[in-house]
Amino acid sequence: MTRFAAWAAIISGCLYFLMPMIGMTEFSLSMRRGVYSLDAYRVVMADPQFQATFAYSLIMALLTIVFGVLLVVPTAYWVQLKMPRMRPVVEFVTLLPLVIPAIVVVFGYIRLYNTSGWLPLTGSVTGTNLLLMFGYATLALPYMYRAVDTGLRSIDVATLTEAAQSLGAGWFRIMATLILPNVLSAVLSGAFLTLAIVIGEFTMAALLDRPAFGPYMQILGANRAYEPAALAVIAFAITWACMGLIQMVSRLSKHKRA
Amino acid sequence: MAFLELAHLDKSFGANHVVKDFNLSIDKGEFVSLLGPSGCGKTTVLRMVGGFEDPTAGTISIDGQDVTRLKSNQRKIGMVFQSYALFPNLTVAQNVAFGLKVAGIDKKETADRVKEMLTLIGLGDLGARYPFQLSGGQQQRVALARALAVRPKVLLLDEPLSALDAKIRASLRREIRAIQQRLGITTIFVTHDQEEALSMSDRVVVMTQGRADQIGTPFEIYNTPATRFVAGFVGTLNTFDATLTDPATGTVRMGDTQVVLNRQVKAAAGTPVALAMRPESATLGAGQPGDVTLTGRITEVQFLGAIIRITADLGRQSLTLDTFNRSETPPPAVGSEVTISLPHSGMVVLAG
Ligand SMILES: Nc1ncnc2c1ncn2[C@@H]1O[C@H](COP(=O)(O)OP(=O)(O)OP(=O)(O)O)[C@@H](O)[C@H]1O
Ligand SMILES: [Mg+2]
Repeated sequence: MTRFAAWAAIISGCLYFLMPMIGMTEFSLSMRRGVYSLDAYRVVMADPQFQATFAYSLIMALLTIVFGVLLVVPTAYWVQLKMPRMRPVVEFVTLLPLVIPAIVVVFGYIRLYNTSGWLPLTGSVTGTNLLLMFGYATLALPYMYRAVDTGLRSIDVATLTEAAQSLGAGWFRIMATLILPNVLSAVLSGAFLTLAIVIGEFTMAALLDRPAFGPYMQILGANRAYEPAALAVIAFAITWACMGLIQMVSRLSKHKRA
Repeated sequence: MAFLELAHLDKSFGANHVVKDFNLSIDKGEFVSLLGPSGCGKTTVLRMVGGFEDPTAGTISIDGQDVTRLKSNQRKIGMVFQSYALFPNLTVAQNVAFGLKVAGIDKKETADRVKEMLTLIGLGDLGARYPFQLSGGQQQRVALARALAVRPKVLLLDEPLSALDAKIRASLRREIRAIQQRLGITTIFVTHDQEEALSMSDRVVVMTQGRADQIGTPFEIYNTPATRFVAGFVGTLNTFDATLTDPATGTVRMGDTQVVLNRQVKAAAGTPVALAMRPESATLGAGQPGDVTLTGRITEVQFLGAIIRITADLGRQSLTLDTFNRSETPPPAVGSEVTISLPHSGMVVLAG
């Protein structure tokens, strides 16, 4: 009986998630009347807007990842090494982006960095891009910090640092040759999560008026029928590919027990 | 001036005064152990030498250079940790090469030195392994090789054998000492294991509560402990309550017996002192003329192989004595009455 209930729960859960996806996929394949076809995908792929916005978001994601890694890895390392008692505070700060809606953050940005502010970032395209990248980094912060912090906890940071120092190493070398490689799989999983977030992000990009993939999906969704479904499937595929990559890299590192 | 000089070292963590006026001079090539109970400040002293803690007061100099304010990566020290602390993302060979790479030594020489070090520790063919593929003993050997590869001025070891099992501990102990003597490297070894300290060291520093109670060769520490603490911490000891009657000749009254040690004792006449004696100094039977003789009843016989440890009840207290095992004389039976003699030469007066 309990076994039956368990299976029933699993199956209804799966249906709950799978039905819309199956429906959407089916719909995205039905552009040509009567037969399944990839027409909707063809149209989407051929759209120069698609290519441009997707490329833009991809580049933004890469910049966000680089910035996030440079910000989070040294911070998490330092907190763990020098002020372990501050860890709950830092953890709380990194979780704030989950609580504060993106729209609030971006309005704050616009108020603070508008053309009459003290740092008019929104006055230029580069400045706005930079601002958007900071915004993305904020959104990804909880995931990135968690991943890296967990990675750091699995090694004895303090003793390894002292061992390296006794051998003459300075901070930069310790970060680059010991800390980063040892948390690489954690960093990569944080990176893929960041990628997934940035590719799908709408609010910040729209309000800062940047040609990102999120707003493009929204515009397309408002004006077309089959193409948005195809786009959603593509976005899903990307997200799932990222998840798969996380799994792969965490299994690939040579120096860990299999 | 000694090669490594610790002068008036003091260290407090907040209100916790951990190391107090610690002085130690170590000659080049000497192997010195810091021995003491848990929490007495051994690690803290070692970490100050390594540059991982700043002394609250005092100075540290290595090879004539004051290093008190130098960072640890500028002190040219080698450090071996209890937890091995090998870099998990590097192979054994890369671990050993790490310090050489930092020092900017060229590839050819690095490779030679790595090979030399791995041969020295007897792991010549494991260079390509990762640390997780090694046993604890092997990992600690690699850690030693890694520390020695850069030819440090001083080698610091913090309980390097504590995480290993007894057999490996004993063999690695001898190996470390042999390598240390071969390279002639000045070494500080921290341990709370007296056997380790006595068997490996040129000199032992017995510490308690942040102070050095006694500094001396293992022979001195064991045979002429300076304080009650040292006497009690190192080895087994029988103590008898006594009163000092004449400090100049070292005459002590113990019950009705007068014991003349013919050694000056630094305390006033009339001071209550402890008369201490190692179990192996006491003998069964009448002994030499002039020995203190006591009678007692045997309460326990422990056969330890080469040594037989006998406990006897003397009425007011008990006494432990060790005799060598001889195949022709079986140990006395429990419950039998025996005479025990204590030669004056084996007795030490503990005033402190
Ligand atoms: N970073 C620190 N902050 C506060 N107190 C410390 C710190 N490090 C050590 N102590 C305290 O200093 C005292 C001496 O510590 P230390 O580690 O030197 O002892 P130890 O002799 O090495 O002991 P063990 O044999 O257990 O390793 C202890 O009471 C310890 O609690
Ligand atoms: Mg310690």
